[in-house]
Amino acid sequence: MPTLGPVTRQVPPGGARRRWRPAVVTGVHDETSSARTFRLRIRTMDDEGPAGRHLPGQHFDVRLTAPDGSTAQRSYSIASAPSPDGEVELTVERIEDGEVSPYLHEEIGVGDTVELRGPFGGWFVWRGDTPALLLGGGSGVVPLMAMRRYWAQTGRTVPLRLLVSVRRPEDLYYDGEYGPETTVIHTRQTPAGDPRPAGRLTAADLEPLLAGLPGPVAYVCGSAGFSEHASQLLVSLGLPAGNIRIERFGPG
Amino acid sequence: MARTGFGRGQLRDPRLPPGQYDTGSSWPVLTAEVSPKLTADTWSFRVDGLVERARTWDWQAAHRLEPSTWEGDIHCVTSWSKLGTGFTGVSLDTFLAETGVLPTATHVVAWSHTGYTTNLPLAEVTGGRAWVVWEHEGKPLPHEHGGPARLLVPNLYFWKSAKWIGGLRLLDHDEPGFWEQRGYHELGDPWLEQRYSGD
Ligand SMILES: Cc1cc2nc3c(=O)[nH]c(=O)nc-3n(C[C@H](O)[C@H](O)[C@H](O)COP(=O)(O)OP(=O)(O)OC[C@H]3O[C@@H](n4cnc5c(N)ncnc54)[C@H](O)[C@@H]3O)c2cc1C
Repeated sequence: MPTLGPVTRQVPPGGARRRWRPAVVTGVHDETSSARTFRLRIRTMDDEGPAGRHLPGQHFDVRLTAPDGSTAQRSYSIASAPSPDGEVELTVERIEDGEVSPYLHEEIGVGDTVELRGPFGGWFVWRGDTPALLLGGGSGVVPLMAMRRYWAQTGRTVPLRLLVSVRRPEDLYYDGEYGPETTVIHTRQTPAGDPRPAGRLTAADLEPLLAGLPGPVAYVCGSAGFSEHASQLLVSLGLPAGNIRIERFGPG
Repeated sequence: MARTGFGRGQLRDPRLPPGQYDTGSSWPVLTAEVSPKLTADTWSFRVDGLVERARTWDWQAAHRLEPSTWEGDIHCVTSWSKLGTGFTGVSLDTFLAETGVLPTATHVVAWSHTGYTTNLPLAEVTGGRAWVVWEHEGKPLPHEHGGPARLLVPNLYFWKSAKWIGGLRLLDHDEPGFWEQRGYHELGDPWLEQRYSGD
């Protein structure tokens, strides 16, 4: 019976059910015309510790309660690096016919409160100890940004490379924050002067990123189509399947 | 467009466990690993561990067993549910009748051809509660949903329904699987919202 990868068992303190905790919005800003970042401070610092103590790649569950008492919950990856100030950032893409994401975009602003539970996730996490190749499509860049920020903020010397796939230049999240570790590819429309023609990710895009990255773990996050395509390309380039982690999004 | 509250204003379907929403006709694809190159020709299903006679079935042998169709609702821990959907395959009871089960067996670990594992109490997968399925709504199970064959344990969150199922090992103890070792609940009953360890 085969087994996969290293394991970190994460049982919450005391084994108790992790509680929903109120979190107040301390900042909101647009990443693109359809994605918005919410900065949140969890009000109660209890036995679960401050919100900032997460691993890059983890997510929170967000819960909204309507006046009639009905609730809706969705998971959102943490975009920010672990930080001692106890604040976290979530970036939410607005899904037009969605139930929760349009509500967050339209109704939630600075001073409002939502409920959070977490952080959760023990597979799609990067602890900063292995060379990492991060491949993100669309909103899939969010948990990868937490990894990149953690890597940059802690000045880690372990190599990390990030590839971001977007349709058009104006769809790029976190623009202005990337360094030479990041490659942006455009699938529909390129910025002026980009020598790479618009088109989906190819092996030629990935080969130079894999070269010289010893024993990397690849983290792939995006739509089902993007994740499947990107992970199969990595396998075709010789990366063992056991070194590839995919999130889209969490277990079924 | 101003909104005064979230929600779609519809009555909540009583088939939806708490915290779940109806994903309608869509069926989200969730994967943690690279999809294997697995076809009907290379697929096999093995039952071993605490059984009288360990056995492996290939595609043809599994299809000679008595088929059955299950129809009902499936629930993913990421909070979507898919209501009134149907799968066809063979009940685990039928496979286990062919291997026999030793009285000491209390749990199973289901494993996939990819290396994925998930643990289940034996009582949750016997008595008409679990299947190995290869058809969804009368069509071959799509590869991204675990085709050619996956486990189906509809009473539990869908991460228990291992895609690309390769076999079951019967044990006399519980042995947490892939997600269970990574912070998810040991059992995963959607009606009790057993999402994360400790819930
Ligand atoms: C672990 C995890 C982490 C996540 N991280 C993020 C994140 O960082 N940022 C983020 O924006 N989202 C993230 N998501 C997705 C998020 O949880 C919601 O699914 C998303 O916000 C849509 O919710 P909704 O209520 O607006 O739409 P719903 O009411 O759930 O869905 C409305 C319609 O849109 C479709 N749909 C649902 N989700 C998507 C999607 N992502 N793209 C296209 N169509 C969709 C549905 O099939 C449905 O037809 C994550 C999900 C998981 C499980």
